Amino acid sequence: MAIKVHGSAFSIAVMRVFACLNEKGLEYEFVRVDMRAGEHTKEPFLSLNPFGQVPAFEDGDLKLFESRAVNQYIAHAYADKGNPLICQDPRKMAIVSLWMEVEAQKYDAPAAKLTRELIIKPLLGMSTDDAIVEEQEVQLAKVLDVYEARLAQSKYLGGDSFSLADLHHLPTMNYLIGTRVKAVFDAHPHVSSWCADILARPAWQKVVAMKNNQRL
Amino acid sequence: MAIKVHGSPLSPAAQRVLLALAEKDLEYEFILVDLRSGEQKKEPFISINPFGQVPGFEDGDLKLFESRAITKYISHAYADKGTPLIDQDPKKQAIIGVWLEVEAHRFDAVGQKLNFELLIKGFKGLTTDEAAVEQLQGELGKVLDVYEGRLGKSKYLAGEEYTLADLHHLPLINNLFKTKVKALFDERPHVGAWCAHLLARPAWQKVLEACKF
Repeated sequence: MAIKVHGSAFSIAVMRVFACLNEKGLEYEFVRVDMRAGEHTKEPFLSLNPFGQVPAFEDGDLKLFESRAVNQYIAHAYADKGNPLICQDPRKMAIVSLWMEVEAQKYDAPAAKLTRELIIKPLLGMSTDDAIVEEQEVQLAKVLDVYEARLAQSKYLGGDSFSLADLHHLPTMNYLIGTRVKAVFDAHPHVSSWCADILARPAWQKVVAMKNNQRL
Repeated sequence: MAIKVHGSPLSPAAQRVLLALAEKDLEYEFILVDLRSGEQKKEPFISINPFGQVPGFEDGDLKLFESRAITKYISHAYADKGTPLIDQDPKKQAIIGVWLEVEAHRFDAVGQKLNFELLIKGFKGLTTDEAAVEQLQGELGKVLDVYEGRLGKSKYLAGEEYTLADLHHLPLINNLFKTKVKALFDERPHVGAWCAHLLARPAWQKVLEACKF
């Protein structure tokens, strides 16, 4: 199969790519990387991603890494398949790009730290640092204050339609809604509705099913 | 004038946008935002960027923030002007996309903290945390090792041509070269040569001229 994704179905970044492929209705081969054995830090994986992180992605002879770059490639190369995730008009695409940057530069830091403390550390048998959780909840709340104002005027972050700008939030959002951090989302009503809407998307539900079916 | 940039000439993020405009030979109006008095946290700036950070950007009635979204917009909307910064072929653009993410998530994350410790703190009369600097230098070294490997295979990060992926690095490289961190770049010959090419670009010289005050 031309499209391959190397990684673990639990990985936030890998789930981000699966979500995009599913929205486009594309077939792909999932190549499991044994992260517990550190397979991602050695060859041959390093030849796919010299930074030693999942996912790595192939489409024929094209080799990519960085989940958000992979998704932008998929969204453009397969623009005519499945659900549209980007815009062709440069001025409309600029707004989608803007909220993709906001996800990456503002939302991801507290969301990833909270996911690490509340989900990943317990899975690895490590203890949660409550001070970090409290501090990062405050940071996340400040970011969501801005999201609340945006989503009061726009159905989705990038405009009227679901796009990569919304999709990129799904993996951490999915994990965090199952923890105490749900309260932070719920304190922002438009954010909360938006979360419920995008988490319910069939393409996303398939990603969750894959994660639930994978052994650690 | 249709294009306006709101920011501070000292801000690397604002410089990133000015550089893209210079590469494209585009005219713009620069509106100074006084960071020292916290102007970026108040109206009218906050309506342009609700996160209260420079730069803000306007092109007619389009209002944007986040420098990397702005430069992408400029690169696509003005694809036929000045230096090409993106590629119309999706597979070639995908490689540019990878290195755009690497700059944003790996280089910038460490580079910004070093910039803060070694340059901004001094400006604000605060003391540099030397232990933090040592650790950050170690992290930056590892990132630059990957760059060294990459730039041993191609002249620029995404291939043989200069693209937006290279451009985004310039403001921080320029700043870090004023500090002891320059040694990390000089120690890696391909990285060193790449930096020299970037810093010599006429468009960057134009930005440095525009940012003097």
